Amino acid sequence: MSRVSVPCHVKGTVALQVGDVRTSQGRPGVLVIDVTFPSVAPFELQEIMFKNYYTAFLSIRVRQHSSPHTPAKWVTCLRDYCLMPDPHSEEGAQEYVSLFKHQMLCDMARVLELRLILRQPSPLWVSFTVEELQIYQQGPKSPSMTFPKWLSHPVPCEQPPPLIEGLPDPSRVSSEVQQMWALTEMIRASHTSTRIGRFDVDGCYDLNLLSYT
Amino acid sequence: MLQEESDLSLIIAQIVQKLKGSNLYAQLERQAWACLQRPEIKLESLKEDIKEFFKISGWEKKLQNAVYSELSVFPLPSHPAAPPEHLKEPLVYMRKAQGSWEKRILKSLNSMCTELSIPLARKRPVGEQKELLSKWNEMGTDEPDLSLFRPVYAPKDFLEVLINLRNPNYENGDSLSFRTHLGLIQVPLKVKDIPELKEFFVELGLTTGQLGIDDSTQVPPELFENEHVRIGQKVLAEQDGAAAQQYIRQGSPTALRADLWALILNISSQPEDILYYEQLKTNVIQHDLLVDSLIYKDVKLTASNDDYYFVFEDYLYQVLLCFSRDTSVLGHFAYNSASPPKSYIRGKLGLEEYAVFYPPNGVIPFHGFSMYVAPLCFLYHEPSKLYQIFREMYVRFFFRLHSISSHPSGIVSLCLLFETLLQTYLPQLFYHLREIGAQPLRISFKWMVRAFSGYLATDQLLLLWDRILGYNSLEILAVLAAAVFAFRAVNLMEVTSLAAAEAVLADLSTLKVMPLLQIFLFATVT
Repeated sequence: MSRVSVPCHVKGTVALQVGDVRTSQGRPGVLVIDVTFPSVAPFELQEIMFKNYYTAFLSIRVRQHSSPHTPAKWVTCLRDYCLMPDPHSEEGAQEYVSLFKHQMLCDMARVLELRLILRQPSPLWVSFTVEELQIYQQGPKSPSMTFPKWLSHPVPCEQPPPLIEGLPDPSRVSSEVQQMWALTEMIRASHTSTRIGRFDVDGCYDLNLLSYT
Repeated sequence: MLQEESDLSLIIAQIVQKLKGSNLYAQLERQAWACLQRPEIKLESLKEDIKEFFKISGWEKKLQNAVYSELSVFPLPSHPAAPPEHLKEPLVYMRKAQGSWEKRILKSLNSMCTELSIPLARKRPVGEQKELLSKWNEMGTDEPDLSLFRPVYAPKDFLEVLINLRNPNYENGDSLSFRTHLGLIQVPLKVKDIPELKEFFVELGLTTGQLGIDDSTQVPPELFENEHVRIGQKVLAEQDGAAAQQYIRQGSPTALRADLWALILNISSQPEDILYYEQLKTNVIQHDLLVDSLIYKDVKLTASNDDYYFVFEDYLYQVLLCFSRDTSVLGHFAYNSASPPKSYIRGKLGLEEYAVFYPPNGVIPFHGFSMYVAPLCFLYHEPSKLYQIFREMYVRFFFRLHSISSHPSGIVSLCLLFETLLQTYLPQLFYHLREIGAQPLRISFKWMVRAFSGYLATDQLLLLWDRILGYNSLEILAVLAAAVFAFRAVNLMEVTSLAAAEAVLADLSTLKVMPLLQIFLFATVT
């Protein structure tokens, strides 16, 4: 399905910590990232994509546009989604992740703002965040066309002319030919990615030194 | 649900793409054309009739084997936004470490080239080509002067690189704390613990029959061995690759091993394969590479000196020299964290049309590389089949033993698995060895890098490699290394230096692999 990227503004991460951030010894284990959409009207969210960087659990809260009289409320749409099965080890630490509409707890029809709550309970890591955050909404549906009348209301087919003796049934022949044509099209469209096997250039393999780039 | 379906269709598309260029595809096409003559194939139901024909004639089985083989080798499809480097290795700092290690190797090779004034590659004059062709089957009798050549690197150099591997985001701290690893490897990769290993290696359990234990002379063959051989023959008759992989977890009878390995690795010697090998042989005769001298030196230093393998010296040259000309090996760099070295044709520096890989297969051999091939010589005597088996074993398993990656079968994970197992289940021994300056990994690293080739007796080594194929994983190497330390723990507790510890563990040729593994995994009181 098509999707369109939504320009978003990612605010700086805010660490949640008990006590004074500067003087206390431990590192924060919870970070909050706010994502706003300043120039876009409330839209339907299709997919959230990002690259993880040592975040263990992710929760997402969304503020949706409701009727004009009631103020927009924050609702949790994803709770403690596990990105790293073992927060102390590297598994899943730098993976690319996609979250889709159907994984959310509430429907995401008119999104105003998102809040990502990142948790990393392990003290082993110096920092954690999510990178390359991208939000997608549903792409435009194919434009509806008006069909000409003869296509949408076909004329009832008239009686076919009687078959000439000795010749095969034309509808059977046409269906078989259609199948053959489909197979040949498939063969033509396929291509392979195997190499030819030559390692030299026109028979010459006289080399400089190995290059470092 | 949606995600799983799209994952599945992606995997299917990838496998189809891969198989389209293979021999099997051409053969299936030929068969499909040929079977059109048969009376049961009707034009209206062409597709279904041909599919039915394939099922009956056994071609579907071959296709199944090919697909299963691809699934075993190919990593799971990653996220569509992930760049190709991510597929090679997801962790950025490991990619960087592999890159700088490769740069060191290239510098070493370049300096050898300039010091000895020998070109990286040279076209052989016709006279020399004729001479080499006549001596092809006895290259071992050649005694070129190799004294100036030295191996590009040895396993202990690689170990130093792994010891210095650090994750910049990992809080190591200067003082010892709960964060410091007591072993040599300092990166926090996920490794299995013994309960997980017991589950993974469940067929090695105490109640399951094993070749290597239950075929010894004291055990009557009616209890296990006869039945096991009968099942093996049935698997071979059915030509089922997946069943063979499951069967071989309990070991392979000696008579069936060559065929079983070929079935699991999906190698069938077709005329095209023999032709391909002959083409590689022609490439060897036409061009002389610097890498050839490194291979010669390695074979002379390692395999030729080994009591078991010196007879195969000529085979080793025939396989390894052709291996370095084989560009199909370049395909495995898609899932290997390493990258092939690049160069340009002389005088065309920087022009992409004249960029080539050196050596043509992108793999620079190190000290001990020929030991990957040597054990296979016991199983296969026909050079082109031996070659194919080795190449497939390399692109499935052996490449992981000398590149830096976070894969569970990669050498870094194996080292960490070994150290963790030893620390958890033999803490006194680990502490003692550490105190006397004999970190256990310094001794066991060379065993794991060579997959124990040259250290174990050949029949034991082949039983071990049976399990590598059966479980499609190299983790058993780390478990065996820990089991060896556990076996010799009493002697090791009495040593007082690294040299003495090395001496205790110098000779592994009398060890029986399967009992050690079984006791360590299933019979040790934890």
